[in-house]
Amino acid sequence: MQQPPSSEPIVSLRDVQKSFGPLLVLDGVSFAVERGEVLALIGRSGSGKSTALRCIDRFEKVDGGEIVVCGHRVDRPDVDLRALRQDVGIVFQSYNLFPHLTIEQNITLAPCAVKGLAASQAKDLARKVLAQVGLEEKLHAYPEQLSGGQQQRAAIARSLAMQPKVMLFDEVTSALDPELTAEVLKVIEQLAADGMTMVMVTHEMGFAKGIADRIVFMHRGKVHETGPASILTTPTTPELTQFVGTGNLKS
Amino acid sequence: MSLQLDFPAVLERWPHFLAGAALTLELAAFSTVCGAVLGTLAAVGRGAHNSLIAGACKIYVEAIRNTPLLVQIFLVYFGLASLGLKFSAFTVAVAALTINVGAYTAEIMRAGFEAIPRGQIEAAEGLALSRLQIYWHIILLPAIERVYPALTSQFVLLMLASSVCSQISAEELTAVANYIQSDTYRAFETYIIVAVLYIILSLVMRAGFWGLGLVLFPRRRRLGTPL
Repeated sequence: MQQPPSSEPIVSLRDVQKSFGPLLVLDGVSFAVERGEVLALIGRSGSGKSTALRCIDRFEKVDGGEIVVCGHRVDRPDVDLRALRQDVGIVFQSYNLFPHLTIEQNITLAPCAVKGLAASQAKDLARKVLAQVGLEEKLHAYPEQLSGGQQQRAAIARSLAMQPKVMLFDEVTSALDPELTAEVLKVIEQLAADGMTMVMVTHEMGFAKGIADRIVFMHRGKVHETGPASILTTPTTPELTQFVGTGNLKS
Repeated sequence: MSLQLDFPAVLERWPHFLAGAALTLELAAFSTVCGAVLGTLAAVGRGAHNSLIAGACKIYVEAIRNTPLLVQIFLVYFGLASLGLKFSAFTVAVAALTINVGAYTAEIMRAGFEAIPRGQIEAAEGLALSRLQIYWHIILLPAIERVYPALTSQFVLLMLASSVCSQISAEELTAVANYIQSDTYRAFETYIIVAVLYIILSLVMRAGFWGLGLVLFPRRRRLGTPL
């Protein structure tokens, strides 16, 4: 796969269609994410935002349209999934750490198995990424010995260890209480400050407002309104006005 | 009616009992290892996208689970013989027991595989691991862990069921007992001793599986919840 020139977006969706059975979930969705940009996908449950995110890493196959991610044509059936997923990191709402492995083993597994990194190098890498999320002391702990917030930070570290070009976050704080949410958001903020390209599905409007370069508001499977974070304070469509007005905009 | 038990008359044959017990344990050990591998492969095969592989695995599992072990043993024994292939009774017994326990193991392992949350596999796919790597690193051990008590029971059951191998004159514990009781006319005493020896063998196997569990699942040892 060819690398895109730096002027091209890292992620671009053009007129993406996706149905689950008779249910049209994505109805011509288009947006692009530039290098170093943080894009927040917001919207009600069922608006298609999580599906759109999952299409980027091809956890969902699209029915139509074009998706290009780091030069990979994700919409094509012959896309090299393993190459794509080396360029894309994804973090889930339910952490999905591997319960039988220590945090260190969770992190070193993919770099060793996929990239062929030597064990000692991988261990150094594990220390480095865990330091990035403030969890160095949990190197040898098992996932269930960690709090939810710590598990989610470890999952972020595990993704970072693959040195992705773009990170996807799928409602990563939805299972956490406010205090634990804050520690995870702090980590993501730092990543943004370090220049990581990110796409995040989030219900944390205050956070989206603070960190996102661009907001994509989805409604009924379409991109309903898009713009800089300021659209959350001055929305132009009645749907977004109602969405941010229903108590979603908390800091 | 009076019951007179004469254990010394039977116990003086203890070297034979011991040899029989050892062979039973050996049969069980070989067929457990081979059957575990075969059963795991069959469980993976049943979930294969290729319907030919999936169908073949399903037929194997169902055919074995719906026929008696003794008939399976005879089929292997006489089947190989009619092909002109000569194997020792021990080899035939291990082959038949492996084929038998493999089918049951496949069903248990399938339950274990199905219990792995979808999110685990997605996380692994998201890290660019291949299908094989996901099975090996992510699914296999947690699946075994979930069904470990059932697997232990199945393999102990296999050891007990190996007594029917006496029918093809494998010199295992029950076969030895048959000789001794027809020699001494002390059938009741003989089979009491044999029953006790089977209990001891079961305990030995359970202890072995417990120890193996400590090695396979270090997390449980660390968290103080060994299987």
